[in-house]
Amino acid sequence: MSSAAVRSLVVVSAGLSQPSSTRLLADRLSAAVDRHLRATGIEPRLGVIELRDHAQDLANHLLTGFPSPRLQAALDSVLAADGLIAVTPIFSASYSGLFKLFFDLVERDGFAGKPVLIAATGGTARHSLAVEHAIRPLFAYLNAAVVATGVYAATEDWGRSGDAADGSLVERIERAARELSASMAAREPVTRMDKFADPVPFERNLHSS
Amino acid sequence: MQLGVFSVGDLTTDPVTGHEPSEAERIQAMVAIALKAEAIGLDVYATGEHHNPPFVPSSPTTMLGYIAARTERLILSTATTLITTNDPVKIAEDYAMLQHLAGGRVDLMMGRGNMGPVYPWFGQDIRNAIPLAYENYDLLRRLWREDVVDWEGRFRTALTGFTSTPRPLDGVPPFVWHGSIRSPEIAEQAAYYGDGFFHNNIFWPKEHVRRMVDLYRRRFEHYGHGPADQAIVGLGGQVFMRANSQDAITEFRPYFDHAPVYGGGPSLEDYMDQTPLTVGSPQQVIDRTLGFREVVGDYQRQLFLVDHAGLPLEVVLEQMDMLGELVVPVLRREFAARRAPAAPEAPLHPRVAAARAAQSSAAAAVTAGAAATSVEP
Repeated sequence: MSSAAVRSLVVVSAGLSQPSSTRLLADRLSAAVDRHLRATGIEPRLGVIELRDHAQDLANHLLTGFPSPRLQAALDSVLAADGLIAVTPIFSASYSGLFKLFFDLVERDGFAGKPVLIAATGGTARHSLAVEHAIRPLFAYLNAAVVATGVYAATEDWGRSGDAADGSLVERIERAARELSASMAAREPVTRMDKFADPVPFERNLHSS
Repeated sequence: MQLGVFSVGDLTTDPVTGHEPSEAERIQAMVAIALKAEAIGLDVYATGEHHNPPFVPSSPTTMLGYIAARTERLILSTATTLITTNDPVKIAEDYAMLQHLAGGRVDLMMGRGNMGPVYPWFGQDIRNAIPLAYENYDLLRRLWREDVVDWEGRFRTALTGFTSTPRPLDGVPPFVWHGSIRSPEIAEQAAYYGDGFFHNNIFWPKEHVRRMVDLYRRRFEHYGHGPADQAIVGLGGQVFMRANSQDAITEFRPYFDHAPVYGGGPSLEDYMDQTPLTVGSPQQVIDRTLGFREVVGDYQRQLFLVDHAGLPLEVVLEQMDMLGELVVPVLRREFAARRAPAAPEAPLHPRVAAARAAQSSAAAAVTAGAAATSVEP
């Protein structure tokens, strides 16, 4: 890998309070992925999307059918990302409504094969499997390449130390970050087809029908 | 430049008075609006086509035929004709008949509809929306251009030795626009045939509108119909006016806030900022509309939406009076002044074009006669 290799890494955080533990987890994950990518000679370009900032625009998009310019930029950056870290609080046994609203509005086609790290926060460890039974199927539907390790952080995890081999939050963050960076490094950078610049020629569609 | 109005034909309770119009009332209101369009000197009236409540216009040629009988010069059009779920054979017949009755004052805008169940109600599958639009329109064109058609396709029964009657008036098929908000495939289709492309930009930001129209123009040239600036473009617009812009905003806000398409969503101010919706003074409407030309270049047809969201008919007719007195004359003058000399006009049926030419030369003769009279001692 040449030193000029650049990959975009986008973090989507659905935390609501400021500061939020969801954002805290997102930042720990992105810092770890950043470190692993740099270790393999890749320069990450990091973008962070706080969904709270887009809450009104997301509802408006759902109702009117088009995004505000600011939301459009956020949606575009997710589609253009070489890797994605998606973090949500767990509400009522699943991802938050705000988190789902955002991913409802991203074009599904843009996710095929995209490396994604999924993570969640919650009050207690009782909700930890929501990562596996709620978040992972959402990204499976989007055809994303979700890395094997999903990270769940309960409040109590923030009061424990850990190292790279003990199953703690610190260890899980490291493992997931290593998986995401390896998956990103193994893939060509995303190039997006512009259907307005390069339309499907008319006769191909006419005769395929 | 053609200026006109288009109606969705929604049956919406007036959020201010609570009045629920009946279907009878709404249908008559649509007719009154069309007649008003002719009275104030607009060029085009276009009706939507829908097959589900709360919309009334399921049968556009019945309505347009009635309007044709009561008007002299208005061009009657659609916004849109469902090319996906109507039988193209019936479209060919119905609109050729309308064309004869209206003396050529007819064109159509093809669209795909926006309500999922309409497809299965008419025996189709929404996943085939684009292939249906492509195949059905290709057949429709042939039915108007070839006296005897042998045809086989995927979506309707084959035709052998079929002649669609009546034949188009004087052998000239109605001009066709293709309307789409977000599908590049439809801009591509319009470009392929050298037909018109209408972007109903009233729901969308201008950057998107620009990309769609650019695609259409570029591909129009690619398919050999002439330079990109010769392509035929139409746009929507949505206005509410009062002499004082704050009065317009105060009066329109409850209609905006409860409108089926954007109610409960963005504020009126944000929506005006992001789309062509203009609520304000006649001058603001003029400035905004002239600004569309900066986005898409010289274009050929501007249709305004004035009668939706439960606005009472009296208010709509007042709006149209303002449009006719204060907006349309200025738009005609300013669009003409800014227009590139080579920019085309939207195609008219030869009979309509001839009538227009006769009318304007008669008007010129009257003006010249009046001038001559005035210099006599």
